[in-house]
Amino acid sequence: MCLGIPGRISAILDEANSLVEVDVAGVKRSVDAVCVAEVDVPLSDLIGTWVLIHVGFAMSRIDEAEALETLRILAEIGELDGELAAMRDSQEARNSHEAMEIQG
Amino acid sequence: MRFIDEFRDPALAEKLFTEIAQTAKRIGAVRERPVTIMEVCGGHTHTIFRYALESRMPDNVQFAHGPGCPVCVLPRGRVDDAITIARRPEVIFTTFGDAMRVPGAEGSLIQARAAGADVRMVYSPLDALALAVANPDREVVFFALGFETTTPSTALTVLRAARSGVRNFSLLCHHITIIPTLRALLEQPDFPIDGFIGPGHVSMVIGTKPFHFIPEEFGLPLVVAGFEPLDVLQSLLMVLRQIEMGRACVENQYSRVVPPDGNKAAMAAVAQVYETRPQCEWRGLGTIAESGVRLAEPWAAFDAERRFEPAARHTPDPEGCRCNEVLVGRIRPWDCAAFGTTCRPDAPLGALMVSSEGACAAYYQYQGMKGAA
Ligand code: SF4
Repeated sequence: MCLGIPGRISAILDEANSLVEVDVAGVKRSVDAVCVAEVDVPLSDLIGTWVLIHVGFAMSRIDEAEALETLRILAEIGELDGELAAMRDSQEARNSHEAMEIQG
Repeated sequence: MRFIDEFRDPALAEKLFTEIAQTAKRIGAVRERPVTIMEVCGGHTHTIFRYALESRMPDNVQFAHGPGCPVCVLPRGRVDDAITIARRPEVIFTTFGDAMRVPGAEGSLIQARAAGADVRMVYSPLDALALAVANPDREVVFFALGFETTTPSTALTVLRAARSGVRNFSLLCHHITIIPTLRALLEQPDFPIDGFIGPGHVSMVIGTKPFHFIPEEFGLPLVVAGFEPLDVLQSLLMVLRQIEMGRACVENQYSRVVPPDGNKAAMAAVAQVYETRPQCEWRGLGTIAESGVRLAEPWAAFDAERRFEPAARHTPDPEGCRCNEVLVGRIRPWDCAAFGTTCRPDAPLGALMVSSEGACAAYYQYQGMKGAA
């Protein structure tokens, strides 16, 4: 929960609710991007950006080299698989959440 | 050393080890006491053990593994309250994986689940909110844990729940704040620490300014650090250089992620949703004033404490547990008689044995590596 995991923003899911899709080492998952968004800049500008994700929230933009190195280290210290599994397992519940079209 | 080739840049790692040794030698020439540097964050503790950095430290430099692992400082009474709520038939109780293993007086949340409570692990508070939407006839409670790094995520989730009109969602909030806790540690008589490696991701949220009181009031250096082994080594060297030169200031080694002013959106959400708790209990450290937050009055409907009124128990740490002394760097994990005997990762007695970021679990897991190095 404290280390964070790097992912690349791959799509915008819900502009009004600042939900984006990230790709984390091949696992796709929706995250909240409000903490990395800029006022008056459309979220679509973020596509392709690497971010550091903590518990489903993109908290910081990072550069690609930093992102890849962090992924490597997480794999090495044995933290990557657990994070990815938790992300994958929980995405099912998230999908039903989005299916309800929660209004912001 | 056996693991040097695991570093991204082994030559740079060697250079840093050499410079650390030289700086430590110069410090040693003018002071007798060894230098003790506390890494505040559990993520750094993990890095230090995983890369066996301690085994390469000069004789007069040692790490103290600080209180910055939220799972490790979760008090037993809080786990007991969580289990009380989780046992209610209408409740789906959700939390992060590590928190499920922390022992309370009557076992852990995992044990409560085995006994029939509906306890589920989630990756994000947003997943707990999704469960609430998907299960309108149940009460979904999220056990909100963590330092400033995760506090914004639950604040933003509450705001989202409020906007969406979700009513069957609440937080058992145990978010804690590191600044008052560091102050409480520093105010202890004969606190045995000479400098700090500061928490990178807490600082990503709150910025570096809140740490300025440490050099200004207590005369100790702090360097905000990233989590790669080279980050930790470089930060340690920066702290040692300050000590050598008799300086004390806040430096930011992790500026690629940590802006000096933190993250505005995250801090705004925290300010909107939470208020400071007058007192907050920590495992091993006792009660520290203003070291935690709870939901502010306008968000009372999302507060599981107000909704379910658990006993707010105080349960003392178990007999024989010396986590408090390990947490403040007064003893090392292996000085505790329970270490590896009655306290093991598969059967933790103290919380420092639960999470891989806890000093005791980290040491237990990697001691073979340290021995081999
Ligand atoms: S060995 Fe167990 S009881 Fe002893 S200090 Fe470590 S976690 Fe606490």
